[in-house]
Amino acid sequence: MLSINNLHKQFGDLVVLNGIDLKVETGKVVVVIGPSGSGKTTLLRCLNVLETPNQGELQINNQTLDFSTKVTKKNIQSFRKQTGMVFQTYNLFPHKTAIENVMEGPVIVQNIKKQKAREKARQLLEKVGLGDKMDYYPFQLSGGQQQRVGIARALAMEPEVMLFDEPTSALDPELIGEVLQVMKELAEEGMTMVVVTHEMGFARDVADEVIFMEGGHIVEHGHPSEMFSHPSNERTKEFLNLLSE
Amino acid sequence: MARTIPLTLIAFSIGLVLAVVTALFRLSGIKLLEIIARIYVSIIRGTPLLVQLYIIFFGLVSIGIEVDPFPAAIVGFSLNTGAYASEIIRAAIQSIPKGQWEASYSISMNYGQALRRIIIPQATRVSIPPLSNSFISLVKDTSLASTIMVTEMFRKSQEIVATTYEPLLLYTEAALLYWTICFLLSLGQDAIEKHLNRYVQT
Ligand SMILES: Nc1ncnc2c1ncn2[C@@H]1O[C@H](COP(=O)(O)OP(=O)(O)OP(=O)(O)O)[C@@H](O)[C@H]1O
Ligand SMILES: [Mg+2]
Repeated sequence: MLSINNLHKQFGDLVVLNGIDLKVETGKVVVVIGPSGSGKTTLLRCLNVLETPNQGELQINNQTLDFSTKVTKKNIQSFRKQTGMVFQTYNLFPHKTAIENVMEGPVIVQNIKKQKAREKARQLLEKVGLGDKMDYYPFQLSGGQQQRVGIARALAMEPEVMLFDEPTSALDPELIGEVLQVMKELAEEGMTMVVVTHEMGFARDVADEVIFMEGGHIVEHGHPSEMFSHPSNERTKEFLNLLSE
Repeated sequence: MARTIPLTLIAFSIGLVLAVVTALFRLSGIKLLEIIARIYVSIIRGTPLLVQLYIIFFGLVSIGIEVDPFPAAIVGFSLNTGAYASEIIRAAIQSIPKGQWEASYSISMNYGQALRRIIIPQATRVSIPPLSNSFISLVKDTSLASTIMVTEMFRKSQEIVATTYEPLLLYTEAALLYWTICFLLSLGQDAIEKHLNRYVQT
């Protein structure tokens, strides 16, 4: 289980996360929506500790990071191992082939033998439908393929929770489906996921809960079917109307 | 030849190590290290190479530090290469998108692992053309070592001219030799670039 307690993050004077509380049960999928600048990316980056929150607590299973006290690099690293991040712009390592991208974490961070890591990476790439592209460099892959390598790279570290930051928003429309399909399969296998996306079809089909963020707060949350058909908050209503236009 | 080539190779190797260390100091975010790096680069870039060589070879003697010509030249050229190349390497590291660091951290790499496995390999590709420039300049600059008694290629030519009185012939021959070395180096540069460009769209 992932639990976020009273999370605050500000950049200088700009308060971006203003007391976020959220619990995600193991195996559940939470979709985060909200207008640009509402802090969705910042929330995910805090969960991966790419940003250090100013205040609050993060907990995954029995590991806790409490940001009101000093957290050490070591704590951050061991916490980070439990979350896998998928970036909007993929951020693959361009000098490594698809399979090398996936092997990098296991070999360098987990000290797994190359042979074994390669086998595992091969399985992961097959799982995301790229069994025939393992030796391609990122520049030789389409956006959708690169993003699927990105997912495999994160999965290779065997995280407890997968974080997706608008994984399909940089993709041509015809490539979105293949990435969402992989994510859907992951969800069906019981992966705990926090997904920032405006793909409402995905949210409706896959999410157990949708949260609507604005101004650094969670303004509304609920099951997708309820939230999309009758949102209780005025701002959520407006935002959903905008999306469906 | 017999001196020019080892002088260049040794000085460039030491210089590169110095350059990487200096660049990392500059980017460390630790004020003291940053200042050390800045001062070093500023002094070396702000003074003529010839003057630096004179200080090392002729100057240090007066405070009791006596250095033979060849090691003195090595020290001078290494310090020089280190300063100039550090700026090249710093710029190359900074040119790698922030997302590469973040992707490295996101799979739990630490700073050193990210640097070594992800950032430096990409920065190397970017820095090969300007570093090749430095290398080629260094080959020619080693002729300055003649002024501190290193019998490298140019000094050798001077010595022969002194007995044969054929300056045009001998200096032209020296020029051709420098050119040959530099030409071979630029072939090497092409090969390295071609190899490192395998993972970018052409
Ligand atoms: N490193 C940073 N330094 C300063 N301000 C930042 C930084 N990162 C984000 N911000 C600011 O924080 C706010 C929230 O940004 P964030 O990227 O989390 O929004 P978002 O909800 O993901 O928006 P979008 O839908 O456009 O991706 C924005 O106003 C942004 O300018
Ligand atoms: Mg965002």
